[in-house]
Amino acid sequence: MTPIISPAGPTPPLPEAAIVLDLLLLVLAPLAIAGVALINVGLGRSRSAAQALLGNMTIISTALIGFALVGATFATNLGGPGHILNIAGKPWNWLGEGPFFLIGIGNASAQSQLEILFEFLAVALAAIIPWGSGADRLRLSAGSAIAAVLSILVFPLLAHWVWTGGWLAQLGINFGAGAGFIDPAGAATVHLLGGLSALAVVWVAGSRRGKFPKEGFATAMPGHNAVYILFGCLIALVGWLGFNLAGASLWLNAPLAALPVTALNTMLTAAGALAATYTVTRVRFGKPDASLCANGWLAGLVASSASAAILSPVPALLVGVAAGIVTPLLVEVLELAVTVDDPSGAITVHASGALIGLIAAGLFAPLPGQFIAQLVGIATILGLFLPLLYLLFKILNRFVPFRVDPDGERIGMDLHELGGGAYPEFVIHRDDSYR
Amino acid sequence: MKFAGLIVMPAGFFLSIAALVLFPAAAPRTAFILCALAVEIVGLIVAVRGHMESRDSDAGEGR
Repeated sequence: MTPIISPAGPTPPLPEAAIVLDLLLLVLAPLAIAGVALINVGLGRSRSAAQALLGNMTIISTALIGFALVGATFATNLGGPGHILNIAGKPWNWLGEGPFFLIGIGNASAQSQLEILFEFLAVALAAIIPWGSGADRLRLSAGSAIAAVLSILVFPLLAHWVWTGGWLAQLGINFGAGAGFIDPAGAATVHLLGGLSALAVVWVAGSRRGKFPKEGFATAMPGHNAVYILFGCLIALVGWLGFNLAGASLWLNAPLAALPVTALNTMLTAAGALAATYTVTRVRFGKPDASLCANGWLAGLVASSASAAILSPVPALLVGVAAGIVTPLLVEVLELAVTVDDPSGAITVHASGALIGLIAAGLFAPLPGQFIAQLVGIATILGLFLPLLYLLFKILNRFVPFRVDPDGERIGMDLHELGGGAYPEFVIHRDDSYR
Repeated sequence: MKFAGLIVMPAGFFLSIAALVLFPAAAPRTAFILCALAVEIVGLIVAVRGHMESRDSDAGEGR
């Protein structure tokens, strides 16, 4: 594939046609958020379905407001070049320098406005990822509080480092590491961060009651609606195409001629992942598993966020196959060996899918030193942000308890938090897993 | 245990930064960064183990 990345430097302004196209693509991107929200709902239990979907909406709202009021200040460079520390003779741009409350955004260039729009959509997607992992036990207020922390403090820091001239983006200029850390559609900034947030949330909130009994294996608590899950996957594909194409154009300065291949790679990666997960679950269980296949598809899309704009079609397919093989196996390991109760599989799907995509981007990128830049980016997010997220969520849990009380968990989040169920005309059977 | 692992992980991050500054050549820089990632993975494993031990039956931290 024609290289579309160049050593980081001042990026030339996008042509007008590209700006129009990027705007249209970003209008599609909310479908990725809708797809993940549907998957989160379907993988939870029926007695928590309405609370789960309402939670996705409140989290998106909180994240958008938090990012607009405060987060964008740290993520963007509308007000200046950013806050720079000089260490070891190199400039380390560690914090953005934008106006509070997005004041003056109307006077910024169309390209800058598009970049902020991209970050808006990205923060909304990142914020709903931990909600799926905390399904059936997280309070609505906790979901919004987590979204506020992510959108005001954590995401803006990483978004600036990766996208808007921060020190990770400058690794190419300052240390000769390829084009700097490349993450065109948020594999690291959205999905790795979201997956690690999900892990921190699960650690702080604990598992669902009855999930890990004192004796025997973990209790199976399957999702309540496979149609939501699989339909969510199909919707997410459209949104992902929007994210990947707009990201390639905005952050990698990809020419229009490179975008069709990026779209093709996105679909190939997802297809390869689904085929691999289908095969693995069929071999393991005798029949393909619908929810794991959905997780595999989504992991493929996540991996494509890092690699679709960089790879040729065959490596893109192989990246998908790798994500599709790892996903069902890691879901099983997390649940059975490590006792992590993750109803939506978000930790596996988003964190491991992102890691596979980011590493593949480093291996196949046409610039020397790119692999080093990708490794430094991964080391930064894993080594710095996971402990930070855990610390922040532990403190937050003191003020806004994450977990519903045992009675609420027993009767279901819908009745407890909303006063009514999602399916009032259905007979809800006793849950044998609760003991 | 759980906190020990999480305290070790930032050490891996600082090692990767040190590799960037100290080693201009690609090979030692890559090796040093891989070692930094290994430190982080060890920290992650310790943190995961710590959380497994804290969860007897079905009790989480949030309860």
